[in-house]
Amino acid sequence: MDRHGRALTVRVKGPRARPWLLAAVPLGFFGVFFAYPVGAIVSRGLVEHGPLDLGNLGSVVWFTVWQATVSTVVTVVAGLPAAYVLARFDFPGRRLLHAAVVVPFVLPTVVVGSAFLALGFEPSVLAILCAHAFFNYAVVVRTVTGLWAHLDPRTEEAARVLGASRWQAFRLVTLPALRPAIIAAATIVFLFCFTSFGVILILGGPTRSTLETEIYRQTAVFLHLRTAAVLTLVQLGAVVALLLVTGRALGRDVALRLRAPREVARRPRTPGERFGVAAVVATMVGLLATPVAVLVARSFDTPGGVGFGFYRALGELRRGSVLFVEPLVAVRNSLVIATEATAVAVAVGGIAAFVASRARRRWLEGILALPLGVSAVTVGFGFLIALDRPPLDLRTSSLLVPIAHALVAVPFVVRVTMPVLRSIDPRLRESAAMLGASPARVWREVDLPIMTRALAVAAGFAFAISLGEFGATLFIVRPDRPTLPIVIYRLLSQPGSQSFGAAMAASTILAALTAIVVLAIDRFRVGTAGEW
Amino acid sequence: MLEVEELTVRYGDHLALDRVDLSVAEREVVCVLGPSGSGKSTLLRAIAGLETSSAGRITVDGRDLAGVAPHRRDFGLMFQDHVLFPHRDVLGNVRFGLQVQRVPRLDADERAGTMLALVGLTGFEHRRVSELSGGEQQRVALARSLAPAPRLLMLDEPLGSLDRPLRERLTVELGTLFHELGQAALFVTHDHDEAFALADRLVILFAGRVEQAGPPDEVARRPATPAVARFLGWNVTSAFGQRLAVPPNALTLNGTGGGVAGRVVATLRRRDAVRVQVAVHEAETLDVEVRGGDIPGVGSTVTLTVDEARVWPL
Repeated sequence: MDRHGRALTVRVKGPRARPWLLAAVPLGFFGVFFAYPVGAIVSRGLVEHGPLDLGNLGSVVWFTVWQATVSTVVTVVAGLPAAYVLARFDFPGRRLLHAAVVVPFVLPTVVVGSAFLALGFEPSVLAILCAHAFFNYAVVVRTVTGLWAHLDPRTEEAARVLGASRWQAFRLVTLPALRPAIIAAATIVFLFCFTSFGVILILGGPTRSTLETEIYRQTAVFLHLRTAAVLTLVQLGAVVALLLVTGRALGRDVALRLRAPREVARRPRTPGERFGVAAVVATMVGLLATPVAVLVARSFDTPGGVGFGFYRALGELRRGSVLFVEPLVAVRNSLVIATEATAVAVAVGGIAAFVASRARRRWLEGILALPLGVSAVTVGFGFLIALDRPPLDLRTSSLLVPIAHALVAVPFVVRVTMPVLRSIDPRLRESAAMLGASPARVWREVDLPIMTRALAVAAGFAFAISLGEFGATLFIVRPDRPTLPIVIYRLLSQPGSQSFGAAMAASTILAALTAIVVLAIDRFRVGTAGEW
Repeated sequence: MLEVEELTVRYGDHLALDRVDLSVAEREVVCVLGPSGSGKSTLLRAIAGLETSSAGRITVDGRDLAGVAPHRRDFGLMFQDHVLFPHRDVLGNVRFGLQVQRVPRLDADERAGTMLALVGLTGFEHRRVSELSGGEQQRVALARSLAPAPRLLMLDEPLGSLDRPLRERLTVELGTLFHELGQAALFVTHDHDEAFALADRLVILFAGRVEQAGPPDEVARRPATPAVARFLGWNVTSAFGQRLAVPPNALTLNGTGGGVAGRVVATLRRRDAVRVQVAVHEAETLDVEVRGGDIPGVGSTVTLTVDEARVWPL
């Protein structure tokens, strides 16, 4: 009886106790590299003494808010027709277009910035708005299409036969139904524009500052760390408040009439419909392709004719350059750092997803999602002031940049792997256990094979994020070990057509690397790994 | 009032409607009866202007409706599963048609309230539509369709998604309502009971073609084609000499004076009668309805007699 009882206890406790031991890994990682730096920011801003200059806080906040608001409105207005056409019509190339629409979104912000300079935009508010709309277009199109493609078109027809015109049916019936998707997309876009860093730094010129770029300027130019810390806290507060407000707005959903997208999309029938679809598709292709095409074209457009001159120049360290190493070294740096960051992010994120998927409560998920809302600049600034002195001095460690990248990437890893893990039928694990498999064996036989694909996709995301990461890197990068985005930014801030051309070439290389990674992800993609 | 002439709707190679003729007079209730997939819904959608026809004419009081947008046709359409607007409450749904015609808010609310009273839902004004039962949703959809006072109300299987007792009750209520309001209505269904109970005139639609049209009594007594006869559940047989349509209750088992010999192959007990399948000659089986009396066992030999007054020659 005694033996039997003990065996029973072990079996009940075993599988439960271990995940909580595992939870120490992600929690420790977040504690050291997220909570501790944020704590350091709070202490630097509110507790310690030092020069504090908040004279232009008002104008910075104002510019941050209004550029984000206008960018969001522009993006939503530009995205809705595309979402309508993709959701409601079936035409040749629809799937390709639906896939291609994410291209700008996966491009590193630095590349987006240089693409708009390549298009001939002078640094200006207009350039910022256009770049933000270009970058975030996919968020609106994919999110809204995701819902619209499931809305029952007969709801609109019911409105039509009750006497509503097309416009009235859209305004009174479809738009309210799309509200949750539009709010969700607009929130994300607003958040991205509110915390936009690379685009503003490159396209904003020296005078226009958002909270993000001002934090960087106070740190790097004026060395006012206390001012920067207070600005970071303002930023954090604003982001948290925004998430809370929209969370509440999204909470009031109604049950919609949803159908399979196959039943919703149809071929355009009347000449008017065909023309409208063709016009929207042409606009989409133009909007998506032009900046990238011009960027690539200008990278080959050397003073001596079309050629690889700018690419060859990347291999040389020119006199008077702002760089300490040949630009081409940055390609290798970026690839090495991305590999290290991916390893850390997949390990930490994978374990976190595993633990969280077994847990009944969702607070771990919440903790892990935190850095999503926190800007890269906050991460970089936090690392800068927290990890440069005992007890943890990582200034000279080559792992500092990969860890920062991993911190930014972990929430994405969790979001990609978690739904897959949750979808595993628990009875699979139970039957493996009943057949005599130990918990570790169960994990290896059941969870791991299913997780492998999801982890591959997550690794791809982490790699792409690391390749393009700019905001955090700029704070903590060592001058002799720059990444590609840093090199592009340095080249762009140096006058002269030679360095501009080199920046175009470097941007093209970065865009190509990113494209390769994203295409590889697409091959591993499981259908259920989220809308986008 | 409504005249449909030679209406044809094509989906690629598939002919959904094939030269359909149909008319609805003022205050008339016309029912289109047909099996699923016969093109009933397409017919309503084409009349509503939601589907483009490839040939034929639809006119109202002589006015051709070609090119007239759905919202300018002054028709109502009630969808099979009601399609209520999920983000509006009950009153918001019923008021919708008036609102888009810019009827002043107070007048619209009053009219919507009257409609809700008509369908017995007073007090439901501010309920969410997702909280309603199937029958209540159906009533809201009806009130919503009636509120703008359409020239013609079309109903697509209006009771199709409800369970049987509720259906029977609502069928009676619908009929009363149409007659009280003098509402011209065109509705489609695959349910015989519904169709015969409500219709002033029946149109039988098979595979996009009108097989027969006429008053329910006439259709019930004189099926025009073998297909209609079978659809009504009749036997089509030549066992009694000429080719006849024979309703199951016109046949008697082991009646006096002999008859056609057969063998029982199956019996099916129903609520109020027993359906006996009898094989006659080689490959033919006939359905016989038996009320009361002995039910012969499967395999036993019987004779069939036919009530000549209730059969119809084809």
